[in-house]
Amino acid sequence: MRANCWNGVNDLRVESVPDPKIINARDAIIRVTSTAICGSDLHLYNGYIPTMLAGDILGHEFMGEVVDVGSGVSNLKVGDRVVNPFPIACGNCFFCQGKEFSLCENSNPNAWIAEKLWGHSPAGLFGYSHMLGGYAGGQAEYVRIPFADVGPIKVPEHLDDDKVLFLSDVFPTGYMAAENCNIKPGDTIVVWGCGPVGLFAVASAFILGAERVIAIDRLPERLRLAREHCRAETLDYEQVNVAEALLEMTGGRGPDACIDAVGLEAHGHGFFATYDKVKQSTRMGTDRPTALREAILACRNGGTLSVPGVYGGFLDKVPFGAIVNKALTVKTGQTHVQRYLRPLLDLIEQGRIDPSFIISHHLPLEEAPRGYQMFRDKEDHCTKIVLKPGMKQESPPKEPPVLH
Amino acid sequence: MSTDPSDLERQRRHYEPSAEDVLEGATAEARSPEAILERYPSRYASRRGSLDAARALGCVSIGLGVAGLLAPRSLGRLIGMPGHETLLRAIGARELTSGVGLLTQQKTMPWLWSRVAGDAMDLAVLGTGLHPSNPYRGRTAGAMLAVAAITALDVAASLRESSQPGEAVRVARSESEQLIEHTVGVNRSPQECYTFWRDVSNLSKFSPMIEKVTPIDDRRSHWVLRGPGGKKVEWDSEITADQPGERIAWHSISGDVKHAGTVRFERAPGGRGTFVSAMMHYQPPGGRIATALAKMLGKDPNHQVREDLRRFKSLIETGELPTTRGQPSGRRSFIGRMTRDGRESREGAVS
Repeated sequence: MRANCWNGVNDLRVESVPDPKIINARDAIIRVTSTAICGSDLHLYNGYIPTMLAGDILGHEFMGEVVDVGSGVSNLKVGDRVVNPFPIACGNCFFCQGKEFSLCENSNPNAWIAEKLWGHSPAGLFGYSHMLGGYAGGQAEYVRIPFADVGPIKVPEHLDDDKVLFLSDVFPTGYMAAENCNIKPGDTIVVWGCGPVGLFAVASAFILGAERVIAIDRLPERLRLAREHCRAETLDYEQVNVAEALLEMTGGRGPDACIDAVGLEAHGHGFFATYDKVKQSTRMGTDRPTALREAILACRNGGTLSVPGVYGGFLDKVPFGAIVNKALTVKTGQTHVQRYLRPLLDLIEQGRIDPSFIISHHLPLEEAPRGYQMFRDKEDHCTKIVLKPGMKQESPPKEPPVLH
Repeated sequence: MSTDPSDLERQRRHYEPSAEDVLEGATAEARSPEAILERYPSRYASRRGSLDAARALGCVSIGLGVAGLLAPRSLGRLIGMPGHETLLRAIGARELTSGVGLLTQQKTMPWLWSRVAGDAMDLAVLGTGLHPSNPYRGRTAGAMLAVAAITALDVAASLRESSQPGEAVRVARSESEQLIEHTVGVNRSPQECYTFWRDVSNLSKFSPMIEKVTPIDDRRSHWVLRGPGGKKVEWDSEITADQPGERIAWHSISGDVKHAGTVRFERAPGGRGTFVSAMMHYQPPGGRIATALAKMLGKDPNHQVREDLRRFKSLIETGELPTTRGQPSGRRSFIGRMTRDGRESREGAVS
C-alpha cells in the first residue's frame, strides 16, 4: 500500500510499504477513505517531537471501511463505515473505566520512554512518535487499529466523510477544551488560535452556553471563519495589543476562561517570543509558550485556563506565580475522544454543527508532503487539508508561459 | 495478611540481610516509607555526613576549573608560572570534571580520589616552578603550600568516604547479585492475579526472557531462560510458600542460576484492584561482567522485571499485549534499524 512516511525534519515521502495485518485478537484493519493533516502533525514535520524514526507512517485523524477484524472484535464487521479516535484505549484499565481514555495504561508498548520524560505515560497514539507507542498512522491506504472493540464508532451512510471525519480528533479536542472551562451562563471565553481546534472550541463554547467568545489569530481567513461561522468577536494580534484589548472588552476584570489552542510553536512578537525562538532552534528549549503566557496573564482572578494546545517538554518563563496568586484552575490533557464520539455525532446528526466548514483543501494522499508544506506556511488560505487515498492526482501545474 | 514481626526485626538489625529474609519480609508494612528507606537508603534518602565535605570540595573544583579555563593568564601570574596557559586550561577542564562529578553523582568516592590524583599532578607541575631560574618561585612556593593543604583535605575526605560510603547499605552483596523489587497496580482482584501467576506455564507469556516453564509436580517446575547473548540458562525451581490470593514464593533448587522470588497480591486501597509486588533475587552465571554486558545490551534485569509486571497487567486486564511488532513502516535508516521498534517493523520497498 501507499503511506505517508516521516523521513526526517521537513522530509516526508509517500512510499510503498507492506499492508498492515491483524496482530492481536482485538485488532481491526480499515481501508482509509479520508484522513486529515492535524496541526500537531506539523510539530512532527518541524522536528519538535522526539523519538521519531525514519520510515514512521504519520497520521492520527482518519476514517474508513472495516476490511478485517480479529477474533476478539464482535461489535464491528467487514464493510462497516467507521471514524477512529486518535488515542488508543483498552477499555479495561483504571483510566479507561473512568472514561479518561487518553490516559490508558495498557496501550503504549513504549511506556517506559514516556515515563522517563513525564513520570507516567499516557495512552499510545497513532503515528505520533515511539515514545507514544510507535503505532503506524492513518495517512495511508490501510491502517491497523488495536483495541478496535473500544475505539471506532460506526457512522451513518447519509453523513459524508467531510462531516464526520473530525470526530477523530479536532472536533472533540475543541469541545473538551470548552467543556474544561466549566462554562456558566454569562461567561466570556477567549480562545488563542483559530486553527481547527480553536474554531471548534469557539463553536463548542457557544453550544455549552457561553455569552461571549473572543478569538485571537493573525490570519484574516481564520479570523473570518471564527466570525462568520462561529459568531466570535475577533482580535488580530498583529493589529492590537491583546492584553489591553481584553481588559477593555471585559471591563478590566478579564475573561472567565482562556483557551490556549496554539501550543508549542506559537508565533509572537517581543522579547520573550524571540528568546523562545532562539532557544528552540538551538535545542536549548523545547517549547515556545507565547500564547500560554498571554492566556495566564489575561485570565480573570479565579478563572480557568484550558490548554488543548500540545506542549512536550520544559517550558521557560511561564508565570506560575500568576496561576497561584490569581487562583486559576488549569485543565488540560490529550482528548478522551472515545467519550465524546456519540454525543458529538448526535450534534452533527441534529444539524447543530457541520464540522466540514474548516476544510480548505482536498488533496490526493500522494500529495501529502506538499499538503504539509502548504499547511505549515499557511499558503493559499490553508486551514485544513483532507487527504484522499485513491483520489486522482491533478496534472502537475503547467509552467507559466515565458513572455519574450 | 500476617507479618512475622521477627522478620522486620531481623532486617533492622542486619544491614545486609539474606535474600530470603528480604523476600519473606516483603509485606505491606515493608512498603512503608521507613522500611523502604531502610532497604534502599541511597534510592530514597538524602545524602548526609561526609557528603558536605564532598560538596565543598566540588565547589572548590568548579571555582578553580572556571578560573583555569577562562583566565589562565591571571591564574598563571598568581601562582608564579606565567606562560603555561595551555597547561592551565587543561587543568581547569580536569577540575571542572571533578567538580561536576562531586556535585552531581551519587557515588562521590571515585570523584574524591580523582581530586587526590589531580592534587598530586598539580604538586608535580608546581614543583618544576621552584627551579632557581623562575623569578616568581616565591609565589609558586605559596601556591604549593595552598595545594598541599587542599590535598590534605581531599585525602581525609576520600579516606572517610571509602571507610563509610555514603550509600553504605547495599542489599545485594556484589554487583552481579541482583535484588529487584517492583510493584504494579492491576485492575483485577487479588485472587484473579494469584490464579494467573500460580499457573507457571503463564510466566513466559508476560516475561519474554523466559522461554518456557514446565511444571514437574505441584510445587516444582523446570525453567528455561534466554540469558545474555542468547545463551540458554536452565534450573529447577520449587515453591516455598503458596497462600492463595496472597503470596507465592519460590527458589531455585538446582541448575545454572541461584534464584529466589516472591510475588504478593494485596488489595489496593479504596478497592482499586490489586497491588502486585514482585521481589526477585538472583545471581546470574558470568558474574559482574556478564551483568554489565547484559545492561549494555538493554537486558538490564531491573528494567526487565518492571516491564514483565507491566505486561502481566496488560495481559490480565485486556487479554493481550500491546505491540507494534509486524506493523508496516517505510524504509528505516541505519539508526532506526538499531532500535527495537525499527527492527520489528516490516519495511516497505523503496519507492
